[in-house]
Amino acid sequence: MSEELTSEVIADLLATAINAVAATSSLAELDHEASQVRAKDSALMLARRSLGTLSDIDARKAAGALLNEAMSVFGEAVDARRAALEISERASQLEADRLDLTEVVVGDLRVPVGRGHAHLVTQTRASLEAVFVAMGFTVTEGPEVETDWYNFEALNLPPGHPARDMYDTMYLDIGEPETVLLRTHTSPMQIHLLEQAVAEGTLPVHAAMAGRCYRLDTPDARHLPVFHQIEGLVIDRNITFADLAGVIETFTAAYFGPDIHARLRPAYFPFTEPSAEFEITCTICRGVGCRTCSRTGWIELGGCGMVDPAVFAAVGIDPVEWSGFAFGFGIDRCAQMRHQIADMRSLIENDLRFMRQF
Amino acid sequence: MRAPLSWLKEFADFPDDVALLRATLDDLGLVVEDVEMVGEGLEDVVVARIEEISPIEGADKVRRVIVEAGSGPLEIVCGATNFAIGDLVPLAPVGATLPGGFSIATRKMRGVTSNGMLCSGSELGLGDDHSGLLLLTETFGAAPGEQITTVLGIEPDVVFDVTVEGNRPDAWCISGIARDLAGRMGLVFRSTPIAEMPRSSTPTSMLASAKVLDPELCPRLGVAVLEDVEVGPSPAWLQRRLALAGMRPINNVVDASNYVMLELGQPTHPYDLAKIPNAGIRVRRAASGETIETLDGVLRTLGVPGRGLDDAGIDCVICDAEDTVIGIAGIMGGATSEIDGSTTTVLLEAATFDPIVTTRTSRRLALRTEAAARFSKGTDPAIIETAMIRFAELVSLSSSRVRLCDDPIVVPSEPPVRRQVLVPIDRVNGLLGTSLTSTEAMELLARLGFEATATEGEITVLVPTNRPDIRSGDPGVADITEEIARTAGYSTLPRRRPSWPQPGAPGERQALRGAVREVMLGIGASEAWTSSLVAPGEVALIGLAEDEVVITNPLTVEESRLRRSLLPGLLRSIGRNLERRQESVALFEIGAIFVHPSAGGPQRSTRAGALGGHEAIVPGESERLHLLLATDEVDARTAVAVAQQLADGLGLARVIVASSTEVGDMQAGLHPTRSALLIDKATSCVVGAVGEVDPRLVEQIAPSAKDRRIASVEIDLDVLRDSTKVQRRPLEATSVSRFPSSDLDLAFVAADELSVEALLDAVGAGAGDLLEAIRLFDVYRGPGVEQGSRSLAVRCRLVADDRTLSEAELATVRQSMIDSGAAIGAILR
Repeated sequence: MSEELTSEVIADLLATAINAVAATSSLAELDHEASQVRAKDSALMLARRSLGTLSDIDARKAAGALLNEAMSVFGEAVDARRAALEISERASQLEADRLDLTEVVVGDLRVPVGRGHAHLVTQTRASLEAVFVAMGFTVTEGPEVETDWYNFEALNLPPGHPARDMYDTMYLDIGEPETVLLRTHTSPMQIHLLEQAVAEGTLPVHAAMAGRCYRLDTPDARHLPVFHQIEGLVIDRNITFADLAGVIETFTAAYFGPDIHARLRPAYFPFTEPSAEFEITCTICRGVGCRTCSRTGWIELGGCGMVDPAVFAAVGIDPVEWSGFAFGFGIDRCAQMRHQIADMRSLIENDLRFMRQF
Repeated sequence: MRAPLSWLKEFADFPDDVALLRATLDDLGLVVEDVEMVGEGLEDVVVARIEEISPIEGADKVRRVIVEAGSGPLEIVCGATNFAIGDLVPLAPVGATLPGGFSIATRKMRGVTSNGMLCSGSELGLGDDHSGLLLLTETFGAAPGEQITTVLGIEPDVVFDVTVEGNRPDAWCISGIARDLAGRMGLVFRSTPIAEMPRSSTPTSMLASAKVLDPELCPRLGVAVLEDVEVGPSPAWLQRRLALAGMRPINNVVDASNYVMLELGQPTHPYDLAKIPNAGIRVRRAASGETIETLDGVLRTLGVPGRGLDDAGIDCVICDAEDTVIGIAGIMGGATSEIDGSTTTVLLEAATFDPIVTTRTSRRLALRTEAAARFSKGTDPAIIETAMIRFAELVSLSSSRVRLCDDPIVVPSEPPVRRQVLVPIDRVNGLLGTSLTSTEAMELLARLGFEATATEGEITVLVPTNRPDIRSGDPGVADITEEIARTAGYSTLPRRRPSWPQPGAPGERQALRGAVREVMLGIGASEAWTSSLVAPGEVALIGLAEDEVVITNPLTVEESRLRRSLLPGLLRSIGRNLERRQESVALFEIGAIFVHPSAGGPQRSTRAGALGGHEAIVPGESERLHLLLATDEVDARTAVAVAQQLADGLGLARVIVASSTEVGDMQAGLHPTRSALLIDKATSCVVGAVGEVDPRLVEQIAPSAKDRRIASVEIDLDVLRDSTKVQRRPLEATSVSRFPSSDLDLAFVAADELSVEALLDAVGAGAGDLLEAIRLFDVYRGPGVEQGSRSLAVRCRLVADDRTLSEAELATVRQSMIDSGAAIGAILR
């Protein structure tokens, strides 16, 4: 045999092997066939083993190279057949599995019984919205993808404004650089609402708007890059800082309970002036002072202030005739405080054992 | 910003009541994050000399040490090894309480009694070094038994760690905090005195020149020259103060520059004058492609536009008199003119730079220095002269021969103009809900250095130059109002609960979501929240071939795309729950999905760009409900049943299941032969999809759910909100019959092509007004029924409003229904 190991012989051996593979009709058959060809006693393997008996070195080398080539061609043929068989096997499995959903006899089916649990963030959001509805606010919401105009410029954060850096913004690779972005707060809704109210002549506005926001925050026990905020906006005649303070106080008592109070302290938000941060009585120690509130008895909840004249200018509202306030805070943070959740990340794990508590 | 009380006290006579000071700072909006009591806990710590060191048998981490601390030998167990016999180290004796509250008591370890603790720098709150004991051997005046506070010159102090808001650059320095605090507490504020110090009669202009070529980038430039400087260490008190404020002392020149910045808020930059060719500086915009090697040894290319919106690549640079760049203005100096031990003549640059240009340059070059942060927020152009002289004075404290050259150069030399704001007192009261008089408002403003005069209800306010945050015109009124409120104290302002005639109401989105959620909870599903940020490849994963919405600057690659479907995230959550041995998992989510504008789906055009004057096409957002059921005995039919429950719960008139041959985006990721579309029967609009999750997808991303059938229902809530796309049940009630109803069961043989819906419609129509309900109750294929056809059994409930139906009537109706079926090819079996 060894003396006959010509290129024709090798080509024949390869053709036989490939034909066998091509003839297979299932993955199992293919595996079987491939292992036959690769087995020690297959024709190709015997041919390889017989190389050692060739006396002529050049002939041995040439035949060896041809055999290696043949094995690699064979390997490709197996792979190609495998891919084809996988497609057809999936097709036939799917076909065997076919179910015509237009002729389902619905009455025979049991739908899971028991009661599910709404997500804690949803529950929190719903109860916050209910409080604001009761206080006379209309609930509305807007898109999560925004532009620099709504998220920044109309809110008195023009391009290059250093305070833009405070909002660790995620930009989208669409249009001009740093133009399309994921909103970093719910405040763009202020602009949408005011633009609409001006266009339709429907001032005053008393609105609460909640939704998902995004910031480049590495997740930790108190921060998630994807989070939820709720925002309030009141634009009317004769609205003052006293009304803002009153609304915050009322909302705090309504949501957290009558023994939780609110206080305001000066802060900076480009879209409000005067601006304030609002703190509430620590929900853990009820104002006595504990680790959570750094022994101050108060915890920060959100920001607020009188709508800045620059915002009125951006939407074309006369700041002498109209005045108003806005406030905003984190829904997730609210839930975290009310339920004393150690790690915010529990909220996105969707572990049923955690969810069933609420 | 760390503000030591001792430093604040140089500007006003503040009381020592730390709690009062903290509360007052908080109430001013200068929020105190932390208060550090310096020197507290060091009262009992003394210097000890090492007399003997010996090992302790069986312990290889600690040794027995005998020390002398003035009152006879003491045996101590110590874990540090960085000392030898004769060294002087700090000893906290038994009974001492260290900073941080750690109390020292007698301890016994392996038979050795430890009568105290030898301390490291970090244990004493004197630095970060905890690698070994704080060695005092070389410290002047250290002797056994001496108090460590005396030896190290530590005076008790209080450091307030204050967070200064971005709009208050004036308060980002010791004098600024002191000014606010003194104003609120009604104390006299002392500004920095102009020091008497040796001057050189040589005018500054003889030794150096200063020129501003682009004044909009550098509104004001000051240059001072100090001769006969000896570079060396700063006085101990100055070093200590810098350390308390969080800066590392370097040498007297650099320290003086840092001290001035911390005290007055003005960053300055000292150059070695000998290293500046032609002894002068020029400030200008960098040419495109110009380069400089900054102090940190990095070669920076300037004048190149960046990615930032409207970033034209404007950089402001400091050049020597030959116009070679020697520093990036307000951010970092160059390596060539750095101060070193051989410096004798110092050129000090103190300038005002444009905040926006500085912000952009600092961002673009990722060079975020302390000076850049300050110029980005705005500095006081009028403080330049004071800052230069204060710098010279501080250098002179440790360099006795130093002389300040006469007439430091300031371009332009005129003091900056103070902004004027007209503030109607009615507007102030209208914004605050107060009833302040002009006099009261002016008094509050005066405490912060605002000069004001009043005429007929209008206050004319001259804004101090350190308050770049106070705008002119109408916005200025709001700014001044905030200052009045802040000085008065927010807690003193009135509170009122406003009311208006318009009622509050939930929006239609909330209402719909609430109804959907109610049905979902009712069937036992719990609500999940998955991230909208996903990894690349999720679009392809569910079998769609369209562009992904890419985040340019993601936190991680895994969160660099916006989700195209709720399915993958929800499926992973199902998988995780199964892994954690939750047997019966049903999860739903309501949330937005995002579609790339190029995908031809929903997209949105909206205002963008400078002044909102452009239009941007942004990804379409669609609100979806997605439900996955991985409970027992669940399959695609369960999804159909749930969808029907949902349609019923939402008051939809008729939603039907329609098989579709083409896989649209709604069916993406679903089992190709076990899924279908949900269609509003009246409008033919696609409402959603039902089916099972594609087993291949399950295997890929939720292997723990492999070999389970996972039922899926997806609904497009945007479609449900559109009354032109879905028909709801009529508002008007239909009265129900009080007469008995009769059921008729009919089995038809129909070709597979004839849809169940068509049959039900036809057969129902045959019953006319008498039809109360009709439904499919059995499907049969097999012997007795021709291949390509199936038997469909329907149950019709018949009733009349005004009578009980007679046998004869029922027979007529039955025949009519059979005939209707036959008319569309369904033959009674």
